[in-house]
Amino acid sequence: MDLNLTPQELQFRDEVRAWFAANVPKDWVKRRNAEESMQARFDYLRQWQRKMFDAGWAGVSWPKEYGGRGASLMEQVIFIEEQARAEAPPMANVLGLGLIGPTIIAYGNDAQKKRFLSKILSAEEIWCQGFSEPNAGSDLAAVATEAKLHGDHFVINGHKCWNSYAWAADWCELVVRTDASAEKHKGLTVILVDMRSPGVEVRGLKQMSGESEFCEIFFRDVRVPAENVVGKVNDGWRVAMGTLMHERGTFGAALQVNYRRQFNRLLEIARERGRTDDPIVRQKLAQMYAEIEVMRCNQMRAFSRINETGVPGPEGSIQKIFWSELNQRFQQIAMEVLGPYGQLAHGSPDAFDEGQWAYGYLRSRGNTIEAGTSEIQRNIIGHFVLGLPKSY
Amino acid sequence: MQFGLNEAQQILQKNARRFFAAECPMTEVRRIMETDTAHDEKLWSHMAQQGFLGVVIPEEAGGMGLGVVELAALSEEMGRALVPGAFISNLLASSAIHAAGSRKHLAEIASGKTKATLALLESSAKWDPDAIAMPALKGEKMFVTDAAIADVIVVAARDHGELALYLVDGKSAAKTPMPAVDLTRRIYKVSFNGGGELLARGDAARKALDQALDIATVALCAEMTGGMQRTMEIAVEYAKTRKQFGKPIGQYQAVQHQCADMFLWTESSRSAAYFAAYALDSAIPEARSAVSVAKVYASDACRETGNRGVQVQGGMGFTWENDTHLFYRRAKASEIAFGDATYHRERIARLVIDQRHPQAVNA
Repeated sequence: MDLNLTPQELQFRDEVRAWFAANVPKDWVKRRNAEESMQARFDYLRQWQRKMFDAGWAGVSWPKEYGGRGASLMEQVIFIEEQARAEAPPMANVLGLGLIGPTIIAYGNDAQKKRFLSKILSAEEIWCQGFSEPNAGSDLAAVATEAKLHGDHFVINGHKCWNSYAWAADWCELVVRTDASAEKHKGLTVILVDMRSPGVEVRGLKQMSGESEFCEIFFRDVRVPAENVVGKVNDGWRVAMGTLMHERGTFGAALQVNYRRQFNRLLEIARERGRTDDPIVRQKLAQMYAEIEVMRCNQMRAFSRINETGVPGPEGSIQKIFWSELNQRFQQIAMEVLGPYGQLAHGSPDAFDEGQWAYGYLRSRGNTIEAGTSEIQRNIIGHFVLGLPKSY
Repeated sequence: MQFGLNEAQQILQKNARRFFAAECPMTEVRRIMETDTAHDEKLWSHMAQQGFLGVVIPEEAGGMGLGVVELAALSEEMGRALVPGAFISNLLASSAIHAAGSRKHLAEIASGKTKATLALLESSAKWDPDAIAMPALKGEKMFVTDAAIADVIVVAARDHGELALYLVDGKSAAKTPMPAVDLTRRIYKVSFNGGGELLARGDAARKALDQALDIATVALCAEMTGGMQRTMEIAVEYAKTRKQFGKPIGQYQAVQHQCADMFLWTESSRSAAYFAAYALDSAIPEARSAVSVAKVYASDACRETGNRGVQVQGGMGFTWENDTHLFYRRAKASEIAFGDATYHRERIARLVIDQRHPQAVNA
């Protein structure tokens, strides 16, 4: 075991760290918790991505030929950790950079790569994903949105939901059913849809945390050129699964740093409030410290395995359950440490940290649902890792 | 960055697995646990021949001179095989002798000729060395593992208020068995009445004791991981073959998800145990808290994995002939040994909350 970074990795880390130190906007930390319109916030993050793009930091994991940096897995992890450590704003085109760009690189044709990739990196075109439907959530292959070929166009009708960033998106990676007679996994196609096409309607879905981070999208006789199909017609399940693989990947790297920062802040508050002598509070804080550390150990092990073998090991499959359930326990303990102050929301002058703890508590409730529910994750472990019969 | 065993360490682990599969199958475990001391001299001498008894004892003192990571790799296999006997006792005692700057008995411990244990707890049953009250060297120690077969006992006591470690001839002490849950690792009351040779005193004694406890705790966490792994395998195998309502019970999510939880706990314990081993080997600043993190996690995870292991197998899991209960018993003893999760959470609180231990977000 050797957890030290190589000289090249250290050099990369120092370079990233120096760039963030010089360029992270000074007003971000304050602005992060401030009240502003989603649009104003989004414009700000778009500008920030443009700045990162100009400096060559957008899409570090992407191959060099498509405008990325071709960073190794360890470099990606370092980059993500440094970004979190510097408390840098996120980039606006989250889904384009993390999921859709890599999907186009893996499955798209040359014309699609040429047309879309650089505009994803520069945030000139924002992307959303159209996967889930009211009747196709965990059972994604039950997608019913239909696409019928008319000459050189598909005509699309259907209803998608839980679409993050759809309100800001220029384009959508859409999963549609192109063969209703085929077995359910075999009649699906992935197609890229211009969100400004006639017949596309986006409606905000207000979440329990009060935001409208995601939306639902209605498609009514939307005409999409057949050349926008990614991969082959009726081979969409493979393409969509490729996209979802990226959803797991290095996502946890930033979380671990964020959790540690929040833990340190909670410790400060506990000290200020004179709670650190209470044996029960000590037990609970120590438990959280331990769990965040175990998550970090799991992650180092998972990254190291992928680095060596190119494929995730068994420890990779537990990450989603681990971080989501950990965060729910952590936010609850934060509430206990804060006492009656914990419930105070944004806008209350008496709230700690502009009400971010109340927000964090509500937001964490979604963690065991988004990006694959805990139940689906346990099915995956049960069947694909432990070899138990498929339960569904 | 490489988180995992290197080639030599993998070979060591593979050899250990093969060795224990051949020398200590469950039939042997059951035979040995029925003996008075749960110790088998033949198995012990074969383990010595493999070098297992001196893994972390320096080469110049007759051991293999390997690190805590290698120790963890071996311990994990011993946990998987539920090897009965004095391995952890021996490790704790020899580590204390070594950490105190002595070489006494080390070569004989590594060769299997001498068996050792360490007497720490008293009737107060507190793991914190500050709680040691027995005057040197007269009084009673409790929960001393493998005392009946120990040729030498390292005793932690107080000399005029100062913590001190002594080497005591095992034959000179009176030992009374304390019948307990784990049948594969026996505990005793031990009475001392004078004698003994001073090993270390004051800060040196405290340091030696802390260091030995850290090493033994990490080995125990790795051993617990091995036990969890085996418990999970037994339950998963059962869930694949046992049918009810016309289907393997492992197809029902209520069962399958319990297996998934066992997997999550086992892998996470493994990550934490090996990180703690690495932290001790490379003496990083957070090494002590890493040891407690591993023990906090493994203590709860090992017990819960045992619970699910029994539950998944239903009535069969509750029978004497099923091996699960032997791991379940060991899990409880290991949860308690060297401090349970509550003890180690308080230790983390002291290191992290009180001492404002470096909290680098990303060093």
